[in-house]
Amino acid sequence: MKDRVKYIHSITGTIPVIVFLILWEIVGRFNLFPGQFFFPPFTAVLKEFYHLSVNGVLGKNFVSSFTRVVIGLVSGSIAGIFVGIVMGWKDIANKALSPIISLLYPIPALGWLPLLMLWIGINEMLPITIIFICSFFPVVYNTTTGIRNVDRQYILAAETLGASSLETLFKVVIPLALPNIFTGLKLEAGMAWRVIIAAEMVAIPTGIGALLMQAESLVRVDIIMVCLIVLSFMCLIFEKTFAIAERYMVGRWSIHA
Amino acid sequence: MPDIKLVNVGRHICKNINLHIYDREIFVIVGPTGAGKTTLLNIIAGITDYSGNVYIGDVCMDKVSPKKRGIGYMFQGLALFPHLTVEENIAFGLKALKMKTDAIKERVDFLMDMMRIKHLSHRYPQTLSGGEKKRVALARSLAPSPQVLLLDEPTSSLDHQTAKYLRIELIGVLKKLGITTIYITHDLREADEIADRIAFMANGRIEQVSTPKEFFFNPKNDSVSQFVGMPNILECTQSRVLASGLVEVTSGEMRMILPYDGTNIKKIAIPPEDIFVSDVMPPGPGLNRFTGIVENITRSNSTVRIKVLVGKNRLLAELPEAAFDELSIEEGSNVYVVIKLRRLRYVE
Repeated sequence: MKDRVKYIHSITGTIPVIVFLILWEIVGRFNLFPGQFFFPPFTAVLKEFYHLSVNGVLGKNFVSSFTRVVIGLVSGSIAGIFVGIVMGWKDIANKALSPIISLLYPIPALGWLPLLMLWIGINEMLPITIIFICSFFPVVYNTTTGIRNVDRQYILAAETLGASSLETLFKVVIPLALPNIFTGLKLEAGMAWRVIIAAEMVAIPTGIGALLMQAESLVRVDIIMVCLIVLSFMCLIFEKTFAIAERYMVGRWSIHA
Repeated sequence: MPDIKLVNVGRHICKNINLHIYDREIFVIVGPTGAGKTTLLNIIAGITDYSGNVYIGDVCMDKVSPKKRGIGYMFQGLALFPHLTVEENIAFGLKALKMKTDAIKERVDFLMDMMRIKHLSHRYPQTLSGGEKKRVALARSLAPSPQVLLLDEPTSSLDHQTAKYLRIELIGVLKKLGITTIYITHDLREADEIADRIAFMANGRIEQVSTPKEFFFNPKNDSVSQFVGMPNILECTQSRVLASGLVEVTSGEMRMILPYDGTNIKKIAIPPEDIFVSDVMPPGPGLNRFTGIVENITRSNSTVRIKVLVGKNRLLAELPEAAFDELSIEEGSNVYVVIKLRRLRYVE
């Protein structure tokens, strides 16, 4: 009985996907959507994916986007975690930096694009800086919140047990703030891909976003769909990567907390 | 182990507190919620600002940080680190002292053995029962060999049986280690079992410091007396040792059987809630059962206080309102009075 329930649970998520792909194939193949160029069947998209992979176009653009996302996300997150820890731990830093963070945080990452195009110019630093900004503010916010929300009793307990301020921070406060920090990171992991695609579509001539724009100008819906599938998978993979890292680092204790 | 002196100590509700807690003493502070008991512990631990002076031994601690005060503090909320296992929690203070790994392991094993929690060593605090968590918190606070141990309601939120066993273990551990201990509780029975001396605290002031027996028989003012439960104090004129650890004492026309511990009994204190009143003769042997006349009945909140004249002794009994309503008792009624044997207290 248990095995049967387990089996039903495992296929519950798969069946709708299969149904969706079959419907897609039928609609595309039998021209049910007005204008056959606008809705290629799933198999045609797969064929184009293979074609773009073999001729290297997809790989080249993917590597460009991937590199930008990784560099921007890693540097933005590290800076965000550092500033967040300082703001969360030291009241004076929080009071000093909070107003400026609160002013800059609501600006959408893409809102910085025109300004950065003038400041930095159109080069590799532009998308990396955009991703840095996109990652930095939410990570700062979540890290600060996480550090400040650590129950004061844990800090007092560490102090009475003889821990120094730095030991208390690194051995008690930061570990207990990790669930909050990971919330920020998971949020931004997917967001970074969405932002890079948008930035590449608007301003950068290489990358998945640029490929999307080229496909649009050539009315190549199959290529657009390939790009969207790649984008979807990358968002998912990045979010899952952080979710796995979170489970590894805090899962042992936080599931019971 | 050092003694502790508080000189004109104050913080928020706590005002001008002067206390001298002796070397190796188990000093219990009782009092109602909001009396300032935890604030006082925080002052001694140095984790809050305060006015006045705190001495541990001969050293003034006012400018000494909490980590250098040599204090073990078991918080009321326990504050066990949720991201560390039981073993890691206990080792935390030892690592902060930069002890060698072997020495840490040895000390942690010793404490886990003493507190009977070795089988829990790799568990996380969230997976432990209330009693297990308390044991871990106690082991952790004892790990760095503190000079002074501060325990904030260590048996609170435990069921009666678990609290009792933990208390017995705690007394054993404290006596074995001979550590100067300040213990906070609002349970007077617990204070009585564990204390060398008891301090009653209310509204941020220490109202009385005395031995447990003095506390019951000589409450210094009304607020102490009310907290103690306004016990009935009976003068005993005669006592006769019976077999099997019992003694018969006489107070007026009342003859009562008490457990005998070899002391000469002159007074008995009976808390009002330990006197049961009934309009019909209760079943069972007539041990510590008397007849009397109801003089006065007072209702307050969910309890009813009944003053009963038994011979020349006036006894105050306290019944839950629901229990009283099932009886047909009024002023002037003849009633049966039964005194619970196990809660009788007596002094030489």
